[in-house]
Amino acid sequence: MFNPDERQRPRLAVVKFASCDGCQLSILNLEEDLLALGRTLDIAYFPEASSDMRPGPYDIALVEGSITTAEDAHRILALRQQTKVLITIGACATAGGIQALRNWADVESFKRAVYPSPEYIQSLSTSTPISEHVHVDFELWGCPIDKGQLLRVITDLVVGVQPRLPADSVCLECKRRGNVCVLVAKGLPCLGPVTRTGCGAICPGMGRDCYGCFGPSEGARKGPGLPPNTTSLAGHFHSDLQLIPIEVMRRFRGINGAVSPFRAESDIWEKKP
Amino acid sequence: MIFPPCTRRGEFVLWRDYLLENERRFVADDIHKILPVAHLQRLLDALSAKGYRIVGPTVHDGSVVWETIRVVADLPIGWRDHQEPARYRLEQTRSSEIFGVVHGPQSLKPFAFAPRESLLQIERTKDGFATHQMAAQPEKVAVIGARACDLAGLAIQDRIFLKDAYRDPYYAVRREGLFVIAVNCTRALSTCFCASMETGPRAKAGFDLALTEVDDRLLIDVGSEAGRQVLEGISLFPASEELIGEGATSIDACARSQVRRLDRARLPQALYDVHEHPRWDDVAGRCLACTNCTMVCPTCFCHTIEETPDLSHQQTARARLWDSCFTQEHGYIHGKNIRPTIKDRYRMWLTHKLASWIDQFGMSGCVGCGRCITWCPVGIDLTEELSVLLASSNRSSVAGRPVEGR
Repeated sequence: MFNPDERQRPRLAVVKFASCDGCQLSILNLEEDLLALGRTLDIAYFPEASSDMRPGPYDIALVEGSITTAEDAHRILALRQQTKVLITIGACATAGGIQALRNWADVESFKRAVYPSPEYIQSLSTSTPISEHVHVDFELWGCPIDKGQLLRVITDLVVGVQPRLPADSVCLECKRRGNVCVLVAKGLPCLGPVTRTGCGAICPGMGRDCYGCFGPSEGARKGPGLPPNTTSLAGHFHSDLQLIPIEVMRRFRGINGAVSPFRAESDIWEKKP
Repeated sequence: MIFPPCTRRGEFVLWRDYLLENERRFVADDIHKILPVAHLQRLLDALSAKGYRIVGPTVHDGSVVWETIRVVADLPIGWRDHQEPARYRLEQTRSSEIFGVVHGPQSLKPFAFAPRESLLQIERTKDGFATHQMAAQPEKVAVIGARACDLAGLAIQDRIFLKDAYRDPYYAVRREGLFVIAVNCTRALSTCFCASMETGPRAKAGFDLALTEVDDRLLIDVGSEAGRQVLEGISLFPASEELIGEGATSIDACARSQVRRLDRARLPQALYDVHEHPRWDDVAGRCLACTNCTMVCPTCFCHTIEETPDLSHQQTARARLWDSCFTQEHGYIHGKNIRPTIKDRYRMWLTHKLASWIDQFGMSGCVGCGRCITWCPVGIDLTEELSVLLASSNRSSVAGRPVEGR
């Protein structure tokens, strides 16, 4: 991707859209690897970390957040034009985030309920992932992202190989770690079987059910394969774990609810009586 | 022959007196000794003295998992497990049974075939690179509470990882240090079908010691020289014919009480004949391809290799991880995925496990433990799938006809 012999270090930008900054914090939480990152890349634009904000072009842009305003919709176009490799980081940038719940609701009523002067708020009626606006070269899932996955992707880019992350289910990692299945042993509506690995199976490891913050497992939008079988799992939640349809809908309509097949599954259960 | 004076619970004082009188009297005789449950700690202490780390089933997150134990009280005393498709529940009873829990999700597999094994560390040097093999550290581990199905699974793993030229050094090191104390099953789960696979419920081979819990006594069978040595110095009693008979009756009753069975009669060919059966579409509608069945299977051995380079490009670590034939990537060959759909993957798994495994290794890949039934999040039961597939194997010409999902 980059010429390793080139004297110039690849220039990095970390750019925020509608988000909570948690994924950027994951970068700052790299600890000693942050120093290595600073040696490997020229961190040219990272307002959360430094007031030294240099203009593009950039070799790598890490994009956090979703598009929720007309201004941001223009800003992402400008960034794309200045960037060689654009990588989305986190559920907001990759899937629209929790704020994409507005896609099913009336944003105007939210404005009136929250703000004393709603006329000052300029906001789109939807929250959309970056990929609906510009070409995205690689997506990092998670809320927040896993810093190990981030390092791995940057390492691959700098070395010059195609980044590749596993898209298996969380279950695979749960079993490798010796976690007891919370779905089978506790009857919790765990999304692990249809959720992408990468988190280290943290929630089931702590005895709670996965809520799908890494998005659908293999076969997600840009993946090579077929979508995970959310139909079967949702049916099991309803018929065997006794969740009523609205509860099944809410399981799938969460942090990554705006991305299919989670979106499609939640829509199906919303319509059920 | 002197028989122990106590046959009922609550007479441990007599037992102790008896032992003191007859210290070492019955040590290392031929077969079938008795260790009072109250003296199980002596066995654990003997293992510790020989340098073993003792691992046993412990109650954890609503099931049992293997953990290092020190005292008998660490074992799930009084607990029982109830298993059915997609459901596992523990129940605490008033019983003082030590081995009332049949099994948790883990078989003996992780002890020899580690879920994550560091293989190599590769470093860049001035004139190329240097490779360091990360040899697994030899460790003596004594596992107490393995079941007959677990031993059968371990024997299959041994066949795969240790046979002939294909000896895996990482597996071999771990396997070498393993000491197995089996427990014969006297209670079957609804998911058990070891009797029909002829792997249990009695542990036949592959153990160092085997225990049968009969009330407050443990009948001990010695399965190896290492097992015999561990018993040296522990006061044991000869078992009466009556007690041996009682143990055997319980094990037989366990076999007879199994409600599931797997019809092996026409395997492997019968399964090859139903390659286009519509049932494969039906099960694909339920299967999540989540990999749980393969992870808990005592015999599944698939693994992947993971490289983790560091950011400075000076070194990389290579590790081996458990993998599964249910993942998207597992079916990739150069330029093509040969098992793109869940149907392809379930069919490949079941056909390999129950049929082509026989051609490949000369034995079935299924030991009848039932874990894949319990730990499948949607409760797919391979014995049921097989019976449906084989019931109409002579009608396999109906290929492609859609079948109503459940």
